[in-house]
Amino acid sequence: MTEATEIPGNASGKISGKALLLLGCPETPAQQAIALYLAHQLKTHGSDLLIIGTPSVLNLLRVSDPAKHYIGPMMVLEKCIEEIVEKRRTVDLCIVCAHNDAAIAYAATMRHLLPVSRLVVIIFGKDPGPLAAAIDFPCEKIVEKAVHNPMQLKAKVNEVFGWVASRT
Amino acid sequence: MGCIENLKYEMLLPLGASFKECREYVEKNFAEVWYVDPGYKLFDEYIIGLPPIALGLDGGKIVFPYTKPCHGTYLLRIEDDDEAARVRRTARKKK
Repeated sequence: MTEATEIPGNASGKISGKALLLLGCPETPAQQAIALYLAHQLKTHGSDLLIIGTPSVLNLLRVSDPAKHYIGPMMVLEKCIEEIVEKRRTVDLCIVCAHNDAAIAYAATMRHLLPVSRLVVIIFGKDPGPLAAAIDFPCEKIVEKAVHNPMQLKAKVNEVFGWVASRT
Repeated sequence: MGCIENLKYEMLLPLGASFKECREYVEKNFAEVWYVDPGYKLFDEYIIGLPPIALGLDGGKIVFPYTKPCHGTYLLRIEDDDEAARVRRTARKKK
């Protein structure tokens, strides 16, 4: 299920401006893959990307991409939220990866703190339906049952951002 | 947990409680309920959650949700007269 209703997507695929990728708990492997893919695509399409998450999730990315081919600047969640609350950081696009209730709470927080930014919530894991149904704030939702295999999730991400799907 | 971990707290709901369960618990079990928005600073941490976020007050004791990415939302109780007074000055009281 892909729901993109409240805020229009960018059909050209170009994502300019400041983007924020908020990662949840790293226990679901698909997140790692989709995070690296999003980082690559956003950078390729002209975005100034900051990745935020727990120290563990950021270390997973650092180890996976030691030469930083895909990832760029990263920051722990709490520090970034502090900067947004204190209006020291602006964001044009916020993407939240969510596979548990806590991540939905973080997405709701971002909606409140960034009321005019484009917010895309990627809901995945073993049973993403109830989590997606719990979202009652304006955002674009990408919903896919994905734990180990990110391919369908990647296809839906491509669809929402207007990226041409690759064969790999 | 962050700085809050270093405070003397009681855990009212078990780990893995949903955010909405925490809100319902506060609204049902506390006579004095106040509401804040995400990003409200409490015990030097920014509170995360779906607005409005319910806080329960009982004298100098504050009951509040505390969300961590891998564990869900804890419902904690911490006693601090100054912080309780600040909540009463800055939050919205349930009518």
